[in-house]
Amino acid sequence: MAFIEVAGVSKTFVSASGAREVLRNVTLSVERGEFVAIVGAMGSGKTTLLNLLAGLMPPDRGSVAVDGRAVEGVRHDAAIVFQNYSLLPWFSALENVRLAVAAACPSQSKAEQRARAVDALERVGLGNALQRRPGQLSGGMRQRVAIARAFAIEPDLLFLDEPFGALDALTRDTLQQELTRLCGSVGRPVTTVMITNNVEEAIVLADRIVPLSRGPRATLGASIPVTLPRPRSAAALLRDPAALRVRSTIIEALTEGAVSRVRLKRDSTDGPATVRLRPDATYDTAMVRLKPDPTSVAGVS
Amino acid sequence: MKRTLHALSPAVGILVALVAWWGVSRMVPDLPSPWRTWEESKIYILKPLEKRGEMDQGIGLLAYYSLLRVARGFLLGILIGTPLGFVLGVSKGLARMLDPVIQIMRPISPLAWLPLGLILFRKSEPAALFAIAVCSMWPTVINTMAGVRAIPQDYWNVAKVLRLSRFTTFTKVVVPATLPYIFTGYRLSLGIAWLVIVASEMLTGTPGVGGFLWQEYNSLIYAHILLAIVTIGIVGFALDRLMGMAEARLRTI
Repeated sequence: MAFIEVAGVSKTFVSASGAREVLRNVTLSVERGEFVAIVGAMGSGKTTLLNLLAGLMPPDRGSVAVDGRAVEGVRHDAAIVFQNYSLLPWFSALENVRLAVAAACPSQSKAEQRARAVDALERVGLGNALQRRPGQLSGGMRQRVAIARAFAIEPDLLFLDEPFGALDALTRDTLQQELTRLCGSVGRPVTTVMITNNVEEAIVLADRIVPLSRGPRATLGASIPVTLPRPRSAAALLRDPAALRVRSTIIEALTEGAVSRVRLKRDSTDGPATVRLRPDATYDTAMVRLKPDPTSVAGVS
Repeated sequence: MKRTLHALSPAVGILVALVAWWGVSRMVPDLPSPWRTWEESKIYILKPLEKRGEMDQGIGLLAYYSLLRVARGFLLGILIGTPLGFVLGVSKGLARMLDPVIQIMRPISPLAWLPLGLILFRKSEPAALFAIAVCSMWPTVINTMAGVRAIPQDYWNVAKVLRLSRFTTFTKVVVPATLPYIFTGYRLSLGIAWLVIVASEMLTGTPGVGGFLWQEYNSLIYAHILLAIVTIGIVGFALDRLMGMAEARLRTI
């Protein structure tokens, strides 16, 4: 039995405007120590799925079990990093991390808790920003605090909800490397589930990528293993043929049904062609569908 | 030039008000002009802390009595109102249950509460406190409730994810997140408490700015009424400014 077992999970949200089934019959298993990335477009129900996994909300049907036990609420050995950092703005970076440590290890003395929080912040390079409040930190630094808070409790389970979604590409790249390093430095397997809409990010970080079809009624597709050697850098992967193959497989899986099939009718071979995409289609989906001559889409906007 | 004009404009506003007052006093023979008001009241202003009799006291002393009464009533009001606001903010069911009661009690004038207070407590002082508290607590209740409801889901998630205890969640998440709202509530409540004080002193005849006003009206010394009115305005303004400063200082977000 896998470490995380999700079996036949469905979730429907009922609002004034009616019921909306976000997830239908989702099944997933994650081995201990594995890093799984769930990739899907915006609004596909990714966050809902992660919230179910993490125990922030219960499923309507189906079951979520970790280590053989049904998930009821957030586990004490689980940490979650959210896209919007979720730091308490009235506390300093240190106090934010200390709050987590104090809640996770109430038996430790105040000094021990503080030392642990300081250590966690130093490990993400924030040793000189301990007393700063989130409002005085950049987006990248805030997410570092959130990551430090997650690792400070030495979790067995790590849930990442679009952790770098709000960051610029450079910061994102650095933090991805740091995350890989942190996961390796814990000394025992950390089982990680990350959700993201960024295919490159998933390839850089994950052992296995699971595409989530478009919501409503999203389901998981067949998983795609990523066997590329580590450490991986986003820049190098752009040139790696194996990585590109993984990338196009994922995008193929994701765009299933996302784009109406179009046939390009062009009067001349080199004139401009107009393709209308559904509003939720991404640049990636456009790229794939305009194959097999990707060089011709240089001007896609 | 423009800057001096900018700095002077509040003074010009006051001057215009004084001229208007003077104009009306020319038409209404019983209304003292600004100058006569000053002439007849200056003993109260120049010796603000002198006590000559029960009501015949310096304006500083009278304002002090009123402020003390307001402070007590206001404190009572927020001591009841703040926890009530928290409870109503957390519990939707209770909020739904108490909403009609609150909405009905909110618009009741202090003049209506006071006799009820006199029946309940049989003395004027606790009745006045009762009226102040029961009139002024609603903005605190409603703002605290709104503040708790406005706590972003993110912060609740933090509490859930970190598995904070109920007590820790309250002290480290709910209170700091609600504090700006609470202080806005306090500021509004204090404003109302100051409004109520005059009415309650007038009815109970206790020494204070409002009691003084009513007594001087009955003694036909109209200049002193105007003195009391101006004092009430200035003190109320100062209170609001002070609360505004406290609000700005305690801003947590």
